[in-house]
Amino acid sequence: MNAADIAWMLTSTALVLLMTPALGFFYGGLVRSKNALNTLMMSISALGFVGVAWALLGYSLAFGTGNAALGDLRFFGLAGVGLEAQGTIPHVLFMAYQGTFAIITAALISGAIVERMRFGPYLAFLTLWALFVYAPVAHWVWGGGFIQRMGALDFAGGTVVHVNAGVAALVAALVLGPRKDYGRQAIIPHNVAFTVLGAGLLWFGWFGFNAGSALGASPSAALAFVNTMLAPAATLVVWTMLDLKRTGKATAVGAATGIVVGLVAITPAAGFVSPLGSLALGALATFPSYYALLWRARTRLDDSLDVVAAHGLGGTVGALLTGVLATKAWNGATDGLLYGNPRQLLIQTAAVLAAMAFSAAGTYLILKVVGLFAPLRVPSREEGLGLDVSQHGEEAYARGEGAILVLPEVAAMPAAAAVGQFEPEGGRA
Amino acid sequence: MKLVVAIVRPEKLSDVLEALYRTEVRGLTISRVQGHGGETEHVENYRGTTVKVDLSEKVRVEIGVSDHFVEPTVKAILAAGRTGEVGDGKIFVLPMETVYRIRTGEKDQAAVTPVEEAATAG
Repeated sequence: MNAADIAWMLTSTALVLLMTPALGFFYGGLVRSKNALNTLMMSISALGFVGVAWALLGYSLAFGTGNAALGDLRFFGLAGVGLEAQGTIPHVLFMAYQGTFAIITAALISGAIVERMRFGPYLAFLTLWALFVYAPVAHWVWGGGFIQRMGALDFAGGTVVHVNAGVAALVAALVLGPRKDYGRQAIIPHNVAFTVLGAGLLWFGWFGFNAGSALGASPSAALAFVNTMLAPAATLVVWTMLDLKRTGKATAVGAATGIVVGLVAITPAAGFVSPLGSLALGALATFPSYYALLWRARTRLDDSLDVVAAHGLGGTVGALLTGVLATKAWNGATDGLLYGNPRQLLIQTAAVLAAMAFSAAGTYLILKVVGLFAPLRVPSREEGLGLDVSQHGEEAYARGEGAILVLPEVAAMPAAAAVGQFEPEGGRA
Repeated sequence: MKLVVAIVRPEKLSDVLEALYRTEVRGLTISRVQGHGGETEHVENYRGTTVKVDLSEKVRVEIGVSDHFVEPTVKAILAAGRTGEVGDGKIFVLPMETVYRIRTGEKDQAAVTPVEEAATAG
């Protein structure tokens, strides 16, 4: 084992964990104020529900040896996951690092179904999805599964995380159906500053996501780190220029979205392309996502926070461009199309298509199964009231005016008993 | 006695308050309101969603005054609240039936008279 590697991976794990609350703020700012807490909770809950599911079962399904399609149960309940070396870091740290990926991937889907899904069924869906869609795809790509054997390049999870979550988001939005106000009323973000804050924190955490995926404090980590800085910068520039061309104004929501799209796109390529390649990748990845966002809003597809355009499309473009821009000169192993290896682009395409098909089918199945036990959507009246009050019994921006204290039951007890119970010891002296 | 209700631009509120203070109008209430007075709406873009915003932020100032204070109050607001552009707001002067000062139970004229004057007059 290597102390520098351990130190970097400890840091990276914490960085990636921060991305999930950051995502909560990114998403939370984009919804209406009456759904702000519900949207935050959809991300925050993943830290717990997916975190526990990952430790107990998900990790084993993803990283147990198993076969080409799925891991096994050898690490069930963290059996055999100790301080022994996994590469150059302790096995248990590797498990935790991978867990942070499962958490944010599942949370990403929530952007497609905000403002209308009941919270209990959401928790069930989130947990099952992490176990039975995320873990298998992670196994395919990183755990010795068939995509890894094909030689597909996915440095930090363009396919595993973003294509996977993006397609799941598309299916979830279709199964849930549009919000009742969608296309009828102006639904606008309630706190764009939250969204920008979330994008900033996502970028910060993403250094752990991408550079941590080198699994050590190595030159490869340095390349991934620099590319994680450069690609979103290029996306931000192009996105801003497209905004200026379209409306004459550079929007903050656009800047935040551009940053995320750039981060998504560089994820699969981070340790495989040159820094100039990453600038090109970030710039090119802007166009499909930018125009897909504009087009989507005119359709009946209520992928409310555009997970499909940002993550599905951004991840796909990133995965394919990895097959174009990868260069041995920087990664020491594989060239892409541009460097004389057209076959890599085919492998990348096959990997993306496999993940898309499995994610679509798995997501659909899980939602239908959960739907058998409980309705997925809140009633229309509760949708109007907002999910903060209807699902959580809280408000994000409560001022307390008109709130009357409901006394605890003890107040109804005989006065003497109540006083006796609450009188502090000192009072008797 | 009259109730003077003025709708003014938020960015002119400080000027209006200062003018009222110079005119020795002491008791007033303000609230943030939204309204539409013929200004051109502005357009906002959030990703693929474009919205027109018809309502503008305004501040409503309410002042209960005795009759001889009506004109100075209105003049102060007219002078301080004006930019000359559409959207400067309105002043409404309404009849006021009765006024009570909650602290003392004083009524009408005594209730709208500034406290210092009432003290010296007493």
